Amino acid sequence: MPERAPRPVDVALFVPCYVDQLAPEVGLATASVLERLGCQVSFDPRQTCCGQPFVTTGAHAEAVRLARAHASVFERAEAVVCPSASCVATVRRRYADLLGAAQAEPIAARTFELGEFIVLRLGTSDVGAVFPHRVALLESCHGLRELGLGRPSEKSGVADDAVGITERLLRGVTGLELRPVTRRDECCGFGGAFSVGFPELSARIGRDKLRALAESGAEYVTATDASCLLHLEALRAREGFGPRAIHLAEILASRAGG
Amino acid sequence: MSAALDRRALELLPAGPRLVSHDAAVFALREKRDVAARAEPDFERLRDHAREAKAFALDHLDLNLERFEARATAAGACVHWAEDAPALNRIVHELLDARGARRVVKSKSMLTEECGLNPYLESRGVEVVDTDLGERIVQLGHEPPSHIIMPAIHRTREDIGALFARELDVPAGETDPARLTEAARRHLRGHFLGAEAAITGANFAVAESGTIVVVTNEGNADLGMSLPPLHIACLGIEKVIPGLADLAVFLRLLARSATGQPISVYTSLVTGPRPGGELHIVLVDNGRTRLLADEHHRRALGCIRCGACLNTCPVYRRAGGHAYGYAIPGPIGAVLAPALGGTDERRSLPLASTLCGSCSAVCPVKIDLHEQLIAWRATDVPRGRRERVLARIAAAVFESPALYRAAGRVARLVWPALSRRWLGNPASAWLVSRELPAHPGASFRERWHARVRGAGP
Repeated sequence: MPERAPRPVDVALFVPCYVDQLAPEVGLATASVLERLGCQVSFDPRQTCCGQPFVTTGAHAEAVRLARAHASVFERAEAVVCPSASCVATVRRRYADLLGAAQAEPIAARTFELGEFIVLRLGTSDVGAVFPHRVALLESCHGLRELGLGRPSEKSGVADDAVGITERLLRGVTGLELRPVTRRDECCGFGGAFSVGFPELSARIGRDKLRALAESGAEYVTATDASCLLHLEALRAREGFGPRAIHLAEILASRAGG
Repeated sequence: MSAALDRRALELLPAGPRLVSHDAAVFALREKRDVAARAEPDFERLRDHAREAKAFALDHLDLNLERFEARATAAGACVHWAEDAPALNRIVHELLDARGARRVVKSKSMLTEECGLNPYLESRGVEVVDTDLGERIVQLGHEPPSHIIMPAIHRTREDIGALFARELDVPAGETDPARLTEAARRHLRGHFLGAEAAITGANFAVAESGTIVVVTNEGNADLGMSLPPLHIACLGIEKVIPGLADLAVFLRLLARSATGQPISVYTSLVTGPRPGGELHIVLVDNGRTRLLADEHHRRALGCIRCGACLNTCPVYRRAGGHAYGYAIPGPIGAVLAPALGGTDERRSLPLASTLCGSCSAVCPVKIDLHEQLIAWRATDVPRGRRERVLARIAAAVFESPALYRAAGRVARLVWPALSRRWLGNPASAWLVSRELPAHPGASFRERWHARVRGAGP
């Protein structure tokens, strides 16, 4: 059973624009997991976009304006929790360049990726979820390398049996069988604007990922980022093979029979 | 809309067995690197040390260069300074011409690729023979290297067999690597013995002793330097490091990061000319001081050209080096190209990345490669008027929650049309290889609002 946080934590949901528009169920699942763990969850509708697409396309002035707006929406929040590692990485790793270190530090320190918040802040890796399926984990690059949610395969000096945060949560899910994937932390090829400017290269990387995931024998692929998953779904729809995508939040929100 | 690199990848490395084997061959290098890195308990500490040593060397590059020149000169070498590629090419040609040297053996040097030295010399009647096996393969095939340490990695053994059957003394259909290598060795031996000059690059130059350091696996640079009377070494100014103690750190990282070897087969330290010979060292700027003055990007000068960032890059492995259109492909090439490459197309190379960050994670001197790509996008990547206007409009929409909600409703209406292929569909690039996912019908905020109203606070 889930351990409760010592006192209810007020959580401000940070629902990235593309989750809001294209994967609303991920936002709802995030809220329900957090509520089940005893958090007081709110959503401020003034939020729109953290600015990431502007950072990655070099639209610096626009990125600064959106970062400023995003920071002001969450100015008073105790904890800001987001079901997208790359948006959290934008706040934590890019805002210092956009807003200056002094402006960026407070919002960066209070913004968490969902799994990271549950494990590090609420102190549990068992959320009481039940998901009796074979699942492959796609370690989203920004979660893995910019937030440290896993152990990148490039790193030496890390114990071989060290388990990342996302993986720990999945291991805590009743009935879930985690399947190993070849080249487990190779990128899915999405890269936001990259997939538009370099559609062939992006698809080549994505198809290889889809193939590796299919070979793992998993029924589902999960990730901390709906963007990677949407990319894989878009390829799967064309290719006609590969595991179905399901966001980490949706697995954590699953209950028996649900 | 799609970038030149994407179009050229389709043309130069079409999907199929060749693409599969390129990706596999390059990724195998990355895996060897991982094994070697894990077998060296100090690997991460070495990377930290190397990063600091390079930063220190670059912070004091002026002093290091002067000291290097003084010590190398004292040891009997002759030091030349080249401001740019034409200056390097001219200096080398004059040195050869003054001695009547027309037959040159050359060992691998990415700097001379960057500066176009081979075509310059060849058009002036100098025969230049690349002696690194991979380099010789691409030279015989009249193509540039596609990787900075594995120049012919885009070629299969069947390709090389066919090439050698045409160009060397090899029976048609030969694909055995040992026999092909033996044929290249016999062929090159003649060129070594007949050479009137040797041109090499250098992996490092040591200021305290005036030494240049040349690292190879084939010994071809050593043989070149040992036979003809004239040795010309060409190197970028960033190669100069303060002392031999630093060299020890870099050597432990270089081969491990490149191929997974604990150390390269040949590591030669050259201090002054050999008796009766001449040693000329050409120090080349070609945009490097501009990079040095740029506080965001100067760390890129710390690159020791191991190729690890290419090997790990998901984009490089699927594109092949030639698609980049620049001597140095992959993440480090995309970071250097805006400063050293010149053209608009090269200044756009920082876009050729998913920003997965694996390059930064493998770099032995810890260059923050993917962050440098992001920084270049904001400052130097050419942005067209259409892109700038679209970014401004998109930002205005995101800045107003009401406009954003309205835009979401419009997107939902046009979504079915975007999902079909038609001329001028802004989503068409995506639809070449993918389907647009179904629109969920309602946004999160709409459903949240309904939930709050339905369930009460």
